[in-house]
Amino acid sequence: MSTAKDRAPGPAGSGLNDDIGEEKRLALYRSQVRLRDAEQRAFDLFLQNLVKGTSHLSLGQEAIAAGFAEAMVKGDLSFCTYRGHAHTLARGVPVEKVLGELMQKDNGLMRGKGGSMHLTSEKHGVMGSYAIIGAHLPIACGAAWRAQYRGDKDVSVCFFGDGTTNIGAFHEALNFAAVWKLPVVFVCENNLYMEYTPIKDVIPIPQPAADRASAYGLERILIDGNDADIVYRTAQKAFARARAGEGPSLIECLTYRHSGHSRADPAKYRPEGELEEWKKHDPVKLYRERLKQFGVSDAQIAEIDASVRKEVDDATEACKAAPSPPLDIITTDVYADGGWAWRN
Amino acid sequence: MAEISYRDAVTRGIAQEMARDPDVVFLGEDVAKPGGCFKATVGLYEQFGGVRVRDTPISEQAILGAAMGAAMTGLKPIAEIMFSDFIAVCFDYIANEFPKARYMSNGQTKCPLVVRTANGAGSRFGAQHSQSVENWCMMIPGLKVVAPSSPIDVVGLMAAAVRDPDPVIFFEHKSLYNSKGEVPDGEILDTLGTAKILRPGKDCTIVALALMVPRALEAAERLRIDHGIDCEVIDVRSLVPLDTKTILASVAKTHRLFTVEENPRLCGWGAEIVSIVADEAFYDLDGPPVRITTPHIPLPAADIMEDVVLPTPQRIMETIRRSLGS
Ligand SMILES: Cc1ncc(C[n+]2csc(CCOP(=O)(O)OP(=O)(O)O)c2C)c(N)n1
Ligand SMILES: [Mg+2]
Repeated sequence: MSTAKDRAPGPAGSGLNDDIGEEKRLALYRSQVRLRDAEQRAFDLFLQNLVKGTSHLSLGQEAIAAGFAEAMVKGDLSFCTYRGHAHTLARGVPVEKVLGELMQKDNGLMRGKGGSMHLTSEKHGVMGSYAIIGAHLPIACGAAWRAQYRGDKDVSVCFFGDGTTNIGAFHEALNFAAVWKLPVVFVCENNLYMEYTPIKDVIPIPQPAADRASAYGLERILIDGNDADIVYRTAQKAFARARAGEGPSLIECLTYRHSGHSRADPAKYRPEGELEEWKKHDPVKLYRERLKQFGVSDAQIAEIDASVRKEVDDATEACKAAPSPPLDIITTDVYADGGWAWRN
Repeated sequence: MAEISYRDAVTRGIAQEMARDPDVVFLGEDVAKPGGCFKATVGLYEQFGGVRVRDTPISEQAILGAAMGAAMTGLKPIAEIMFSDFIAVCFDYIANEFPKARYMSNGQTKCPLVVRTANGAGSRFGAQHSQSVENWCMMIPGLKVVAPSSPIDVVGLMAAAVRDPDPVIFFEHKSLYNSKGEVPDGEILDTLGTAKILRPGKDCTIVALALMVPRALEAAERLRIDHGIDCEVIDVRSLVPLDTKTILASVAKTHRLFTVEENPRLCGWGAEIVSIVADEAFYDLDGPPVRITTPHIPLPAADIMEDVVLPTPQRIMETIRRSLGS
């Protein structure tokens, strides 16, 4: 009987496990390249002064966004942070919508009313990007509570950084979710730094999330967050557990951001050689190699790269050409009646 | 029609809405099996069950965050914050999350929830369990803010708050829980953003909220009997939306304005009302608007001290009498 493993096209004895399958593998690759290209473009656009305000890139962390988003199904909900471009794009939001918001144009996802830190696209399941550290963990619990209450099968997935494990809302949410057995998956992207301070300087244990899981009766899960296959498998397991009513998971993904914390940060606080070391374990590079091991041709890879590049190029042009938002939306949507009236 | 307490009106209002709409759920600390720290939700757990009426850990951020996530995705949660002073530990949700989500998302995100909380002094609990903090919420665009003074208003405004598509902060007054009033049988639904003229008058307008309403009414009665001054008393009820029409029309008739506020002086809601009247009805006024407030101090615990810092019927009466020069 042939198993998935037997069918793996990798070299005999390579131990390549093909549980992911060709289609998903190509999707994971495409997604990571897309996140990389779109964010690199965002960075180029800052340098040209076309992206205004602040911006927090996930360059180097793409495997987490891609791996989780590819494991999610329609209806599953993402709760992101200010470092949320990648998670938003990974759920299928067009690059133009994200770049448009960063460039504060009328074609932006929220027409300039939210900005880079608050990307939201409910129709893609992106339930907001939150810029107050930890605030969205309890909110994700609430969405999961609704699913539990109504018997809906969707999972709420909440992404945050290593530094976020030190704020009260993290602990309140973990305890709450565990006690109520909510279908929520907490994903800690440990990129080794909060803003500028190394996480190891501000925690009394080695791993900020994994080493705290036991306090909430949860399994200790610590994975390589730069390997999209590992992320994808871990996500699937956690989602299955959530959908089965077995409660939350807390997953710590080890990763590294290639750029500074935000657009203003040159990241001078990093020890020499650290970035270079991590770049050897670049998720996009790693996954391109994986495709080749599985026999995907250079031409096929180049084709994916080119089609992604085209989306990013077209989006850039569309955003450059797009008008600024009209000023009459400044006072819309403060209240549900569409307006801002606080008195008669 | 029956006479019920303000406390029982809270339960009645919540029960009315839970019975009507299965999307209404209720959560908070000690609210379900114990029936609430002030016993204002006794019987809801028995009537609606533990799936809809849930006790939470002592986690105010989790309570409000969970209410928001549930509201965004289709439920109509009512969350209790045991004492309004504790809003300070979960203020992020009140200041940054509930009221900004719709705006920042350009209208995509909804947040139809109610936070109900026990506000105000009179229990001799001291500076961290007695404050009137409705002005903490009034200043934030995107919220609605309600503070009823009578059992019938509790039921009707609770229903309006639950059915409202925006986040509503619902302030119940601790010292009113034992007060009683007539409440008709059957469904009661009031309207947010409407003030009530509780006593018509022609000599001056007194604008009050929550516990200050019965005190203003008592002062008005004594001013009539002792001094022949005919006061109009307005219960603001809803700070946002604010029924400025009723207030401005009253000032146009009486030509004098007094606000009675339990909050400390600076940035109390009365200052906003005085500012609106000064802007829009200055020439209607025959004298300066006067704010009667708690002094700008933390609240003392001892009864004799607490009693003198809150506006009393006596202080309201004397202030008005002096201002009107009779
Ligand atoms: C409550 C709060 N405190 C501080 C900040 C400022 N701040 C923004 S991002 C950040 C670092 C967060 O670190 P981490 O959770 O590791 O996420 P990362 O940025 O590395 O993705 C800080 C301190 C904030 N936004 N909110
Ligand atoms: Mg970090």
